[in-house]
Amino acid sequence: MSRSIDIVQRGLKRRYRAERRFQRLGLAAIVVSLIFLALLFASIVHRGHGALFQTHIQLNVFFDPQILTETDLNAADYSRLVKEALYAMFPAVSGRNEKRNLSGLVSSGAAYQLRDMVLGNRAIIGTHQEIWVPADDDVDMIYKGALARDSGRLSKDQLAWVDQLHSQKKIEKQFNTAFFRSGDSREPELAGIWGAACGSFFTLLVTLALAFPLGVATAVYLEEFAPKNSWTDLIEVNINNLAAVPSIVFGLLGLAVFLNAFGLPRSAPLVGGLVLALMTLPTIIIASRAALQSVPPSIRDAALGVGASRMQMILHHVLPLALPGMLTGTIIGMARALGETAPLLMIGMVAFIVDIPHGFTDPAAVLPVQIYLWADSPERAFVERTAAATLVLLLFLIAMNGAAVVLRKKFERRW
Amino acid sequence: MKMAFQQELWQPKELDVATDQLTRTEEKKELRIPAERAQSVGQTVGKPFVDNPRMICREVNVYYGDKHAIRQVSLDIARHEVIAMIGPSGCGKSTFIRCLNRMNDTIDGCRVTGQILLDGQNIYDRQVDVVPLRAQVGMVFQKPNPFPKSIYDNVAYGPKIHGLARNRSELDQIVEISLRKAGLWEEVKDRLSQSGTSLSGGQQQRLCIARTIAVGPEVILMDEPCSALDPIATGKIEELIDELRQQYSIAIVTHSMQQAARVSQRTAYFHLGDLIEVGQTDQLFTMPRHKLTQDYITGRFG
Repeated sequence: MSRSIDIVQRGLKRRYRAERRFQRLGLAAIVVSLIFLALLFASIVHRGHGALFQTHIQLNVFFDPQILTETDLNAADYSRLVKEALYAMFPAVSGRNEKRNLSGLVSSGAAYQLRDMVLGNRAIIGTHQEIWVPADDDVDMIYKGALARDSGRLSKDQLAWVDQLHSQKKIEKQFNTAFFRSGDSREPELAGIWGAACGSFFTLLVTLALAFPLGVATAVYLEEFAPKNSWTDLIEVNINNLAAVPSIVFGLLGLAVFLNAFGLPRSAPLVGGLVLALMTLPTIIIASRAALQSVPPSIRDAALGVGASRMQMILHHVLPLALPGMLTGTIIGMARALGETAPLLMIGMVAFIVDIPHGFTDPAAVLPVQIYLWADSPERAFVERTAAATLVLLLFLIAMNGAAVVLRKKFERRW
Repeated sequence: MKMAFQQELWQPKELDVATDQLTRTEEKKELRIPAERAQSVGQTVGKPFVDNPRMICREVNVYYGDKHAIRQVSLDIARHEVIAMIGPSGCGKSTFIRCLNRMNDTIDGCRVTGQILLDGQNIYDRQVDVVPLRAQVGMVFQKPNPFPKSIYDNVAYGPKIHGLARNRSELDQIVEISLRKAGLWEEVKDRLSQSGTSLSGGQQQRLCIARTIAVGPEVILMDEPCSALDPIATGKIEELIDELRQQYSIAIVTHSMQQAARVSQRTAYFHLGDLIEVGQTDQLFTMPRHKLTQDYITGRFG
């Protein structure tokens, strides 16, 4: 009869082998997912970094008092100022077509820039100013090398003019402030994400203000007060089901109820927030209930044992201990809401909106919808803007998830 | 080798079954003595009743759903005494003391019948509010469970929610007195703002006792307060229990018969939901009147 220690020894090698295999499997899984994540990031950064810079052209603009008549500065023909400046730089250019090609080098946004300058400071009327204005998106793409010179987007003349500007150092890449400060535009060189970011902010504010208190209150009631009967079972099943409902269904609900029945404004962050709150609620409720369940019963006993009422027990002891878990669930839910497009398409947040929203009822787009819209646009310059906007969205998500970790660490208490 | 091991595992169970059958059949009838003569009631022998009791329990039954956890228990808790509840696991002693401040209310499907009177008032009456009841009948639990707050806040919590202190200095005073009574003041007076969970196990349990007495209870229930503590901490708690007896009635559940013998004046022996025997502690441990009690205290099972 062999001693049991011998049997144990014989099997020992096999056991450790199995353990190493198991560890390697886990490690491999992590490495694979990290590689995919790195690929995703690399591709987005690779495509999107170009959007951080925008090609600008330096013009010597004469603010002609004959064009800028005092009576109506708003409606003056600023694009003529731009054109005149260009014609002055290339005096050899003549003929309608060529002149049109020449003025096509500069973005139509240049005229607005001049208007803003004049409205800001009328003293410049009658003076010459050296001004950097954004180049047209095709010039921008070719100058950055994103498009080949022989792609046909620019004519031979135009290419020659760009080269001439380059040799005169009158064309260069500058930090693209417009991208971070303006709303959407049909012209890629003028399009920015600030409008969408504001829209996302207002939408998420509504979502948070609704979903967090409602979700926490629901979880507290279900977990602490509700009797365990078939009704609460039914509610629980339904909440779990809601968490799995395709998000576009919430959009349909928003369209039918909030827009059609209640008559709330279309494309508004208010409605978007309502819809996203509905979508986020189940996540928050489930996370909050789990957090409440994880509070040790000994703490409840202790509170009840000194004569705390149920509400005092919950407010003073259970909620503070469950808060980190609730916050984590909420932020993860909010992060999902931040990245959501489908339900917002149904309530009109997919519209092309140039103005930056200033309130909850202003028409607005949100970041993911903006990405979707740009991804759909044919201009080559929108490709890098799409990627850059994705990058911004990802940064927001990372910040939110980081906040979840920080909050959890901060509020976590031991018992 | 294997065989021998298996047999060893099985033995105690057979013993358990045997004693169980013994209870159910013969002894119940033989040992029943009329209440007026021996001050016994139901299947309980000994002296469950005292003069001028603090708490009176009459024919208390507890059901967890279909399970009948406590059967017809009648017992008095005297003033200024420590009464120990002993018995094998699952005998209902913890369930019973949790009835005394209605902590069982929090358990779904738990039902209590019979009467439990505190100073003449049935605590299961409809108009009785559990909040003041639990202030009068405090509880110390098996595992030290200080709140994850400062030592000060742990003790001050009860007085705060009941509004026992009118201002900060009164609250400070209550905290100090309670910590002194719990024998913890000297150890923690310089670090009242530290977390209660940073204390050692024995200190935590004394903090829990301080938290309980800060509310000014009449009765303190202790559910195996030393089972998670080492012998030195246990000794300190036992000394403390003895001192607290001057002011409070104390009911303590314990697995240790030595502890029951050391701290209590009366002892109640529970078995499978029945209160088998109640008596003066020295009498119960030296001259048990019921066969089951004798078997338990001599270590035949349990």
